[in-house]
Order: sequence, then C-alpha cells, then structure tokens
Amino acid sequence: MTHRSSRVLRVGSLTRVEGEGALHLRVRGNAVEEARLQIYEPPRFFEAFLRGRAHTEPPDITARVCGICPVAYQMSACAAIEDACGVTVDRGVRDLRRLLYCGEWIESQTLHIYLLHAPDFLGRDNAVDLARTHRTHVERGLRLKQAGNALLELLGGRAIHPVNVRVGGFHRAPATAELRPLAEQLRRAADDAWETVRWVAGFDFPDTEVDADLFALAAPDTYPIESGVPTVLRPDGTTASFPLGTFLDHVREEHLPHSTALHSRLDGRRHLTGSLARFAINGRRLSRTAVQAAQEAGLGDPHAGVVCRNPFRSILVRAVEVVYAVDEALRIIDAYEQPARAFVEVPPRAGVGHGATEAPRGLLYHRYELDTDGTVTDARLVPPTAQNQGAIEEDLRRLAEAALTEGALNDHELTHLCERAIRNHDPCISCATHFLDLTVDRI
Amino acid sequence: MTGSAPSSAHVPALGVFKLASCDGCQLTLLDCEDELLALAGKVEIAHFLEASSEVKPGPYDLTLVEGSVTTSADAERIREIRAQSRFLVTIGACATAGGVQALRNFADVEEFTRTVYARPDYIDTLATSTPVSAHVDVDFELRGCPIDRRQLLEVITAFLNGRKPDVPNHSVCFECKRRGTVCVTVAHGTPCLGPVTHAGCGAICPAYGRGCYGCFGPSGSVNLPALIPLLHRDGMDDRDTRRFLHTFNAAAFASIEEET
Repeated sequence: MTHRSSRVLRVGSLTRVEGEGALHLRVRGNAVEEARLQIYEPPRFFEAFLRGRAHTEPPDITARVCGICPVAYQMSACAAIEDACGVTVDRGVRDLRRLLYCGEWIESQTLHIYLLHAPDFLGRDNAVDLARTHRTHVERGLRLKQAGNALLELLGGRAIHPVNVRVGGFHRAPATAELRPLAEQLRRAADDAWETVRWVAGFDFPDTEVDADLFALAAPDTYPIESGVPTVLRPDGTTASFPLGTFLDHVREEHLPHSTALHSRLDGRRHLTGSLARFAINGRRLSRTAVQAAQEAGLGDPHAGVVCRNPFRSILVRAVEVVYAVDEALRIIDAYEQPARAFVEVPPRAGVGHGATEAPRGLLYHRYELDTDGTVTDARLVPPTAQNQGAIEEDLRRLAEAALTEGALNDHELTHLCERAIRNHDPCISCATHFLDLTVDRI
Repeated sequence: MTGSAPSSAHVPALGVFKLASCDGCQLTLLDCEDELLALAGKVEIAHFLEASSEVKPGPYDLTLVEGSVTTSADAERIREIRAQSRFLVTIGACATAGGVQALRNFADVEEFTRTVYARPDYIDTLATSTPVSAHVDVDFELRGCPIDRRQLLEVITAFLNGRKPDVPNHSVCFECKRRGTVCVTVAHGTPCLGPVTHAGCGAICPAYGRGCYGCFGPSGSVNLPALIPLLHRDGMDDRDTRRFLHTFNAAAFASIEEET
C-alpha cells in the first residue's frame, strides 16, 4: 500500500496508568517504523539524594518513589541494607513482611484489574462509568481492594507509605488477637477474589504473544513475593538463574540503534517481569486454591508448568495472584504467633548489599554501598517498568502491525489498541522515571 | 446549548493533576473505597488521568494538584491549570512544600543529574523543587506524605459546599493525646518530631512505637530551639537532627530553621 503516506500517532497523555507518559508510533504503509513508550515525568533524583543518608533511612525514603507500591520499595531496601550489614532477620519478621506484602499485592492488583484494566475489555472510560452497568462488580472490586488496604493499615499503620517497617523488621509486631478481625475480612475477600477470577475469565482476549524472555524471582518451595533467586525463562523453555549479587552484570541499559531511548536488557535480550513471568516460572509453587483458580480462569494447570504469554490475559494471572495473596495472608495469620522481638538490630558496617522482591508489577532491585558508620555512599534502584519498557514497545509494534495488516483500524482505533497494549503491563511510570532517560522529542 | 441549566443542576467538575510526585496522593482518592462511587455521583470527574480515559477540557470547579514544580514546562503547566480552575487545592508534601525531591535545593543539581542518568544532556530540570504556591495562588494546601484519606474527603466536601475545610494546624502531640498514646519521647526517650509537625495523620507513628518523622511538615507554631536539645538528649547528633528535619518536607523545615 505504497500510496498510503507515512503517519504518526501520538497519545500525549496516557490514561489509566500510574504516572504520566506518552506513546509515539510512526507508521509507513502497514509497517511500524517506530514504537515508543515515552516517559516524560520529571526526574526526582532518588539515587543522588540517598547518598549521605543513614543506612536506616532508605525504606522510608524510597517508599516515596511510588505511592502504588511503597511496600515493594521498603522490602527491597530492607533486604539490601540487611545484606550489606550481614544481618538475617527472624522467621517471625519474614512472615510478617510477607503478610504485609500480600496486602500490597491484593490492593495493587485489584486496583489494576477493576479500575485500570477491566474498562478496556468492556469498552468503558473508567470504573465509575463501568459501575453504571456493572455496579455489583465494581463494588466487589472496591471491597477486595479495601481488604488489601486493611491489611496494609493494620501492619503498616497506613496503606500508602506505611510507617511500621524498619531495617531489621518492624517497629511493632501486632498481637495475635489484633489479626482476628482482619482474618474475617480476608475470608470474605477470598470469595470476592474467586468471583473476580470468574468475571475476568469471561472477557474477550485478542490473540497475541509477548516476544521476550520472562524474568522473575524463584524460590524453592513458595511463590515468590519478598525473596527469591533471579530466574529467566527463555522462549525455548530453558531456565537460568544467577546470584542476586551479579544482578547488574546481567540487567544492563543498552543503547539500541533503532531508538533514542536507553533500554534495559537481560543478558543482551529483551525481557519482561511481572505477573506473566512470575506465573510461568513459579506456577508450580502456587497454593492448591490458586491452582484451582488458574484452571477456572482457563489458564491451564500451573502444576504442569503452563506458560501464558498473552499480555491481554495478564488480567487473569493478576486475578489468580489475588486469590493466592488472600489465601497466603490467611495461612500466615492462622499460623501467627506474636514474635518475641519485632526487629533485630542492624549495626552498620562498610559493604555492598543487594535486595530484590516482587512488586505487583515485577521485579524490583535495590543496591546500596555503605560506609563504616552506615552512611549510604551509592544507591541503585532498578524498577520493573524500566525493565519492561523494551517488551512493551515490542508489543506495541507487533500489535499495531498486525492490526494494520488486517487493515480495519482508523487512527482512533489504532491508538486505543496501543493504549491497551501498554496498560496490559500495568506500567508504573512514576517508578521508571528514576531510571530511564526522558523524552527526546517532547510531545 | 439553548437556555442554560439552572445553577442548582450544575454538577461540579473535578480535575486531578499531577506534577513531580509518586502518585500516592491521587491514589488516596481511589482508596476512598466506601465513598468513591457516591462522590462520583456528586461531581463530574472531568480530568483524572490515572483513573479515566475520558478527558474533558476546563474550566474545573475544583482542581486537586499533586506534585512539585521541577521543570520549566511544569511551571508553565501549573499556570494553565490555575487559569482553568475556580478553586485549586494542592495535595501532599510535594505540592505544598516541594517534597522529598526538594533535597536537590540543598545540592548541586547538575551533579545529581550525572549521578542518576547516563545521558544528562537529555534531562530538562530546574535546580529546585518548589511548591505550587511559589508559582500560582492556591486556595488550600492539604498536608502530608501522603495525605490522609479522611482529610481529603473533608476538603472536597467543604469546597463543594462552599465552606472552609476543618483541618486544624496544631501539632501531632494533640493527636497522640486524643488517641491515648503514651508519649514516646517522655516515656522511652525516642526522638520524635511530633511537637513541631502538623497534625492530620492521626499520630500513627507513636502508636506504632516510633517517633514522628515529620511527613506532614511544620505545624502552625513551631519551636525548634525547644525541640532540638531534646533530640540531642535522646541520642541524635547534629547530622542526625539535620537528616530528621530534612526529608519529606525539607524545604519547609529549612525555612523555619533560618528564621530561628
């Protein structure tokens, strides 16, 4: 179709994503010459002003990178600082951290499912609009989200930027009796989570696959949340792991010839972190309930090592992960005994520490260098969206090209499809801006 | 449109905007799970990128702004937002005080840029992070890092009903007393910024056994010369004290330090 001239599609402000970004697509005929997810949020310089701070401060300070996943930042920061200081926390603290993190998973994944993602499948602009026809569904989503927030509020003091987390553990561990009303709320949430799986399983999913290596933490006997070993699953089905201390040797920024943006690559290849990757690498470690939910969702049998590469179906995996997080939170609460001490002392020492945990939207890595008195001398944060940018742009390119080849879409429809392609990955642009370069030609 | 609707039928238009920030304060609106749908029945959500693909042009009856001004483009954008807004309320420490990113105000921002970014020449940023009120008139500033959900609902309700928000500017100490929390400084010698910090959070930190770390910024009357010796007594040296005051509301506490 050479008579069709080149056209440029731009969405100046992406909606229903966390943070602000833009997308840019240049099309000639049926070929996509360029697909870019542009990060135009202003830089905030966390890595710079962390220098000179005390080793006790990164959990509170880095939480402010992202209001959507502050617990992820607190947990990765604590893990990295404790690693640098050679401290291992008690079992009770580990369980409480996982419980707190379950709250963030429930809240953030439900937010994405109901308020950001579902409107796309039902042709609505937002959840309020959706509630006009699906009020009970939206109310259920809000109730489920609220259960996650209740967990964050009890354990963390508040849902956004919790105050109870400290290096070495918690300022205060809750008494067993305090968790009882929460368990009641979570049992109701378990039903809502199941209903969510059934609801999203009925959506229509365009047929497509992510072309990227999948990357997540993996733990021997549990689904990864607050710890694990970095593990990659390649398209040929092989997996490889590497020690966390070598993370920056594997995950690197590269300057690609077709783009003016710096992309994060894993061993020189495009990679994707987040729900699809976690599920593919760790499906076997899901609880029995979550396995049933996955089968109910039509994802297949996680115990047979099923892999879902369709980014539109990520909403199914998120729904299964919510079932898992509720189930896991109840398991931890049932076994909970108030620990003898809420934290272990973390005396400073000179050294380097690494921490990685699974934020709802993917693997979040922190690295700190400390002086003998604990002063931070260097900090690196590698958020999931910065890692995913290459895979998101490749999705954009492939989806747009396929749609153009079919030939039915006008600019408006094509733009809408591209926005969906981005939302599929639940990008957090507020996080990514601390890592990626800013836009080169500002829209 | 022929014949304008009577004013009683006017549905107020709500705008939510974001500058340099973490998204947490606008997320607070979505965290009002019990009230969100009811609120959406009272206002028209005309501009709220994080929540809706339906984006309407101004004017807006009530505009909430999260984030600080850190680029020349945002300095221009906030003037345009102000021009479109009947009432403009800033929400959160970034918007009211420059936020944690105002730590750059005390450093060399070019060095910061080189530290974080591989291609510093791509970065367009100002040397300072400033509150919205340094650029345009603001009708109300809601404090906190993050803001408190109940206070946000109070502010929205107040503006929609044409009354003044009931948001007292006394210190966190009042909230500890109200909550019945034993003073962590008096009882345990824990360093606490509660005596100089603006109320609003409900005094969460002391209830969890830690000292307040000032995320709501300075209260209405601040006596730093009285507080700092207490911090020293409880084991903080000058550097600790400086770090304590210079975090999420660094610029706001720094201006009080200069006055005293």
